[in-house]
Amino acid sequence: MNVTIVDYNSGNISSVINSFKEVAKDNINIEVTSDLNKIKESDKIVLPGQGSFKSCVNALNNINGLVDTLNEFAITNKKPLLGICVGLQMFADIGYEETETKGLGWISGKVSKIDNQNGKYKLPHIGWNQLKIIKDSKIFKGIENNSHMYFVHSYEIIPEDKSVVSAITDYSSSIVCSVEKENIFGTQFHPEKSDQLGLRIINNFINL
Amino acid sequence: MLKNRIIPCLDVKNGRVVKGINFIDLKDAGDPVEQAKIYSDGGADEICFLDITASNENRNTIYDVVEKTSKKCFVPLTVGGGVRSIEDINRLLNCGADKVSINTAAVQNFKVVAESSKKFGSQCIVVAIDAKKNGEKWEIFTYGGRNNTGIDAIEFAKKMEENGAGELLVTSMDRDGTQVGYDIDLMFKISSEVNIPVIASGGVGNLDHLVDGIKLGNASAVLAASIFHYGKYSVKEAKEYLNSKGIPVRI
Repeated sequence: MNVTIVDYNSGNISSVINSFKEVAKDNINIEVTSDLNKIKESDKIVLPGQGSFKSCVNALNNINGLVDTLNEFAITNKKPLLGICVGLQMFADIGYEETETKGLGWISGKVSKIDNQNGKYKLPHIGWNQLKIIKDSKIFKGIENNSHMYFVHSYEIIPEDKSVVSAITDYSSSIVCSVEKENIFGTQFHPEKSDQLGLRIINNFINL
Repeated sequence: MLKNRIIPCLDVKNGRVVKGINFIDLKDAGDPVEQAKIYSDGGADEICFLDITASNENRNTIYDVVEKTSKKCFVPLTVGGGVRSIEDINRLLNCGADKVSINTAAVQNFKVVAESSKKFGSQCIVVAIDAKKNGEKWEIFTYGGRNNTGIDAIEFAKKMEENGAGELLVTSMDRDGTQVGYDIDLMFKISSEVNIPVIASGGVGNLDHLVDGIKLGNASAVLAASIFHYGKYSVKEAKEYLNSKGIPVRI
């Protein structure tokens, strides 16, 4: 089986690569590429993302045909895709970091800055926070409610259809920390940096 | 609920840990990779490497250490010490560091902070502030505490936030190495003046100092070196103690 981590110059993806390679058994090949043909032929795709919503969307658009290939993979062919952090945020229709930027539009909704209640809460939201699982998700197999995951972000996805939300976390408000919509998965937290439980989530995705 | 973080820091020189943990089952007490793994297995919320390699020809050793550690530890890894340029940051991140802390270079040219946070994202840019009390003020020191710039630490902290720093690692030069506790006034003052998380550093000698850093200093995270190096306390003991004092930690 081929799992492809999409390398589209979205910032530092070394940790994502390391964690997937750690988890992958011999029969699973972890590919890191922006080659459209390789992406098409993959069984599963990981879409990482660091930096701003705008810079990630721009980076996707800078690779000719990449957005079409991702749409074909996830929407037309309905093959499993995992977005991490800004990778998840880009599922939304629109993001408001830096300037208004159009997202992939796979999950209706927007990405806005976390309300820090006039400075009462620090931003970015950095550190270990707890998952409140509100819907069974295939990637949470063996993950207990209230497990800690590592977060670092200042913006949050706000989906219109709440039924796609699989877990939230409490900070200045309830923040969406994961979504599952058919074959599309996303985590706001970083499973690649969330120690053994994070690796379990990665393992669950690989073995879907 | 967001937890306060405990961050053990390892001083690394020429690719070797300078002050190691005294564990009998440790095969190689000077191996930073093995030490980092012990910390992450023990529940460290992040790991920090401070590269104190003095000579330029050995500067490359840290990249190898970071690369090996990032393949074994799956918690965030911060690397600081001698980070001068966008190229340095890029290389450390490519080796597997999750965050890079910038000290002297940020003071000399704050645009490094602005440019790097724009290029790599604020989440990976930590500005390390080494401050020393002078009368009613705190002043910024560079080059590992050897050079007094006279710059006001509080004003500098605000400027770093404006320029895109994701976190501030605040070390009191008066307290560093003394084991008498953090400079709580400094931590509280900076933490109150900025909206980004502050990591308290410098002076920890016992677990109550960690409690004070969070409760009185309002730090989001506490960094310590010697109390963990010499096996005085384990990370697990530290967390259990904080928990018993009502501080939210990941256990």
